[in-house]
Amino acid sequence: MKTVFVTVGTTSFDELIEIVTSSGAVQALKARGYERLVLQVGRGSLLPPADSCPNFRLEAFRFKDSIAEDIRQADLVISHAGAGSCLEVLGAEKPLLVVINNKLMNNHQLELAAQLHIDSHLLYCTCSTLTEKLRTMDLSVLQPFSPGQPKNFANFLDKALGVQ
Amino acid sequence: MTFLVGAVFAVLLICLVFIIRLYIVVKTGSHHKPGRKGPIAVLVVAGSGGHTTEILRLMECLSTAYTPRHYVIADTDKMSEEKICTFESSKQHSDSESQFTICRIPRSREVHQSWSSTVVSTLNALLYSLPLVFRLRPDMVLCNGPGTCVPLCMAGLLLGILGMKKVLIVYVESICRVQMLSLTGKILYPISDYFFVQWPSLRDKYPKSIFLGRIV
Repeated sequence: MKTVFVTVGTTSFDELIEIVTSSGAVQALKARGYERLVLQVGRGSLLPPADSCPNFRLEAFRFKDSIAEDIRQADLVISHAGAGSCLEVLGAEKPLLVVINNKLMNNHQLELAAQLHIDSHLLYCTCSTLTEKLRTMDLSVLQPFSPGQPKNFANFLDKALGVQ
Repeated sequence: MTFLVGAVFAVLLICLVFIIRLYIVVKTGSHHKPGRKGPIAVLVVAGSGGHTTEILRLMECLSTAYTPRHYVIADTDKMSEEKICTFESSKQHSDSESQFTICRIPRSREVHQSWSSTVVSTLNALLYSLPLVFRLRPDMVLCNGPGTCVPLCMAGLLLGILGMKKVLIVYVESICRVQMLSLTGKILYPISDYFFVQWPSLRDKYPKSIFLGRIV
């Protein structure tokens, strides 16, 4: 079952939860063949019940110790711009659509998402453009995200510190 | 009067010697090769959350030459200890004797804490950091951004200034920092012996920094 996983991290992002469960967004997801929506809503005040979208499977929870399994099962992840979430999703090699929270502008957390967008590792939109983005987005433009190389760091340090 | 002049002169002299020592310690760091003499004792500042994940990624590739490893975490942090123990026990399979300790110090800054009270809590953290670093006498401090780094690196610097031990300061800016250094990064940039950044835009802004691509 083609699944979309939505995550807001440790904070709340009610606006995203509201828009992604709106009929327009759900229609756009259905048109793309998605059949199931899993929402991690954090501290938000919205926890949509399972029957809130007709003819569409919906599950919602606040927090889990690890969302790795939800990411693994997803075919598309829609996330807030938090660096930890972005890196976890890209590390799992899942297509990622980041939704910027306009209320958090100039937050340094946005730096990484913006750069990853420039490098074509993720798609990027705001709440007001989300529905349109879900209709028109092209996931094939996304470039794979290669993991960082701690080995380069270790080699450099060995040399610098004279480790034999 | 003569006494007063003498005292002022003495204080000025001490300050001057201190500044000269500081300059020498910071400038000569890259010539210091503790690895030639044997294992390198590392003080790892684990901070919390994302910082801990990143620093453990770096630790993954360090060889057994980096022993023992002393991890420092904030006393309010519960998650990091578990992550570190899991990491160290997985490492134990590859090398037979794994040596590590976990030390706790008060956090110098909670998220959203005001800057003025940060100064007070950083001084408080320094009170704990000094005896810790003086006792452990690490060859290097490895850190990547949590506020706790600052007092620990200051303490390491002081060991060098006093001529007791050269402590190398190795700083790796978090991968989250693309355009601007973190506050901790800005403070530690002038005194670090090796300062790593993970994005080219930072390398261009900070000429002393080392850029090896993404390393976490």
